[in-house]
Amino acid sequence: MLRYLLKRLFFMVPMLFGITLISFLVIHLVPGEPGAFDTDMNPKVTKQVRERIRAFYGLDKPLHVQYWMWLKRIVKFDFGISFAPDRRPVIDKIKERLPVTILINLLSLALIFLVGIPIGIYCARYKDSILDKALTSFVFAGYAAPTFWIALLLMMFFGVYLELLPISGIKSFNFSELSFFDKTIDVAKHLILPVCISGFGGLAGISRYMKNSLLEVLRQEYITTAYAKGLPESMVLKKHALRNALLPVITILGLSIPGLIGGSVIFESIFSIPGMGQLFYMSVMARDYPTIMGILVIGAFLTLLGNLIADISYALADPRIRIG
Amino acid sequence: MLAFLFFGCSQQKGTTSYDDPGKPACGDTIVMASIGEASNLIPLLSTDSASHEIAGRVYNGLVKYDKDLNIVGDLAESWEIAKDNLSITFRLKKDVQWHDGKPFTAHDVMYTYKVTIDPKTPTAYAADFQLVKKAEVLDDHTFRATYDKPFAPALISWATAIMPRHLLEGKDITASPLIRKPVGTGPFIFKEWVPGERVVLTVNKDYFEGRPYIDRYMMRIIPDSATMFLELKRYGIDMMGLAPLQFLKQTEYPRFKQEYNKFKYLAFNYTYLGFNLKHGPFKDRRVRQAISHAIDRKEIIDGILLGLGEEATGPFTPNMWAYNGNVKKYAYSKEKALALLKEVGYEKGPDGILKRNGSPFEFMLLVNQGNTVRIQCAELIQRRLSEVGITVKIRVLEWASLINEFIDKRNFDAVILGWSINPEPDPYDIWHSSKQGPKELNFISFENKEVDEIIEKARHTFDRAQRKRYYGRFQEIIAEEAPYVFLFYPYATVAIHKRFKGIEPAAAGLMHNFIKWYVPENQRRYKANAALSP
Repeated sequence: MLRYLLKRLFFMVPMLFGITLISFLVIHLVPGEPGAFDTDMNPKVTKQVRERIRAFYGLDKPLHVQYWMWLKRIVKFDFGISFAPDRRPVIDKIKERLPVTILINLLSLALIFLVGIPIGIYCARYKDSILDKALTSFVFAGYAAPTFWIALLLMMFFGVYLELLPISGIKSFNFSELSFFDKTIDVAKHLILPVCISGFGGLAGISRYMKNSLLEVLRQEYITTAYAKGLPESMVLKKHALRNALLPVITILGLSIPGLIGGSVIFESIFSIPGMGQLFYMSVMARDYPTIMGILVIGAFLTLLGNLIADISYALADPRIRIG
Repeated sequence: MLAFLFFGCSQQKGTTSYDDPGKPACGDTIVMASIGEASNLIPLLSTDSASHEIAGRVYNGLVKYDKDLNIVGDLAESWEIAKDNLSITFRLKKDVQWHDGKPFTAHDVMYTYKVTIDPKTPTAYAADFQLVKKAEVLDDHTFRATYDKPFAPALISWATAIMPRHLLEGKDITASPLIRKPVGTGPFIFKEWVPGERVVLTVNKDYFEGRPYIDRYMMRIIPDSATMFLELKRYGIDMMGLAPLQFLKQTEYPRFKQEYNKFKYLAFNYTYLGFNLKHGPFKDRRVRQAISHAIDRKEIIDGILLGLGEEATGPFTPNMWAYNGNVKKYAYSKEKALALLKEVGYEKGPDGILKRNGSPFEFMLLVNQGNTVRIQCAELIQRRLSEVGITVKIRVLEWASLINEFIDKRNFDAVILGWSINPEPDPYDIWHSSKQGPKELNFISFENKEVDEIIEKARHTFDRAQRKRYYGRFQEIIAEEAPYVFLFYPYATVAIHKRFKGIEPAAAGLMHNFIKWYVPENQRRYKANAALSP
């Protein structure tokens, strides 16, 4: 097991290296340069100014030199300084945006599992019943409908029409003055819509997985045996079927880890949530290379880590993999 | 749960009537919204509008525009232009203090000048100050700038925000804490910046032009315009620029009208179709005039802007002092267009397509992605031109590739773009023939000796009446030459909550007397210290 783990960890290094190299090349191929986004058509920007700004960012050097400079920093975990006019360390920009993204993603992941799994179980147990079909339609509607559209409709209904929920943001602006109790309520009110809507879109996947895997298990002979020896149905489902059927679902949990730090641009923009999706989008639009690379490296690392964790949990749960 | 939700909604609203003008009183908060987050609150180092909007409340220049766009003193008490027009001597206001209590002096002006022209400062605004030959501090409250040649836009270039020397000198400005915590002389003091959420300013009670009535200024960051509009409808923000449809239809319900005033005024920009004058048929003035005749501007304004704009006649807007409306105008007329094209040698074939020497008249029209108004303009132009027999192909491109791959490489036939212009005119960068280099703004390759001469002369003339004559002639030539089809001057359309009184729409827009806006006591929404402790 240890050897397996070490081997996997060892292979992550060249893979991470390859990902950064490709990302670096691709983002430098995109037309436009940092700062250019604002200054391209500005009458007051002379040629000297442009050269000055390029030299300031080190963009006058050849691409491989720039990559090498970046690589030298990144192995020391130095993500560099952002090219955006705020000139802040990239790691600070990422750090201030990570918590809210992770919070929302964790909550919606919890919501997806808490609602999706029971839906899957119900649909497998009462396959082809009317409620099964209704639930299936419901989760697929969530999967298919554009997030921004549902978000705007619900914001209009709960925000403008009923005046129940705040429309955007994650805190009221008098947040710092509220008592702890009010603070919790304030954040909760702001989070209801974003979490529900992002969860809604993810229900389809997990409930389908759950349903199919449970149906698979229910067809097994040991289930028939269990029924035959006279166990009550709830016992058969819980003790025998569900345990086995949950295995693939746990894998999906592992694969969700990199998704935790990624946010959706559209979604975050609509709710004015200062999260990772927006940061990444802004960085791309401003050609803020160090920030783009910083986010990509963290994302790539977490993806590889998530795969590893999924494999390990598989191995732990299934002796056949562990031994083979 | 629902009980909790109702609880905590502490804003007072509903029954208050906002029609009573009331008495000026100090208090309340104005909540603005911005699509993008400010990048850097040292205005020298940023070019985005959110940063400049906030910095504009915190900093002052030596001069500024008043509501009628006259140049008046800001930090300068008065100024004197030398007889030879080569130097300006500013006498600065005494008793002005930085927000940290230090006195403001001419040394701050000197520092600002020096740091702007310092090659190590990555700023987009060095060009005007580079023309200064000599800058001197005569005493603590007198500052003189001397130029090589008389330079007419010199005065307004000193509207640049003046930076505090005592906090910056000898330090790297690009790493200064002032980037996120500005210290200025302006009517509002920086309070806090919550990244991705908001920037808050509080009133400067000792402001040298008098205490602003409004206690607090907040700019929320709302990256989606649909959400911003919902926030406005929910009274979450107090002021917002509206799209034409929002202005005319979506805000026309009683509750909204009860809570908000809507304003519209001419903005300082115009949208145009620019020809590449190096491209075959567009070399001929008559072709350009024909196309100007073939495009129906009224249709564009009525159909796309829903009437919220004016037909453009040239590169200056009607609210500028230099504007000359008495120039050649191109009324919509298919016949005139066809007659002009016939002169050049284009004949309509049996298929209705214009041809000269057997080759059809067609060109590619470029527009940038994401700008719906411009894309719709392109479509209307395409249809109108097809009626006279010209085939237009529209290509929509992402901004950076449009500029870098097509405009900069002069690899285009025609393009729809817009210019924002400074109320103090200086057409040098866009229209002078020397400005055709890579990345320069005369990308259509416009060359006209008389225009070059006029622009140079006007630049070095201080007498406004004389400059107005020069620019009048300049606009006549541009109209005659038709290097652009000037499409429209759009209106800026804004909704502001009714509790704010004292707003005076003027040539300079709305914000020129912001410190005089007030909320009567009985209409106040946010209590004195409800949001943040001082």
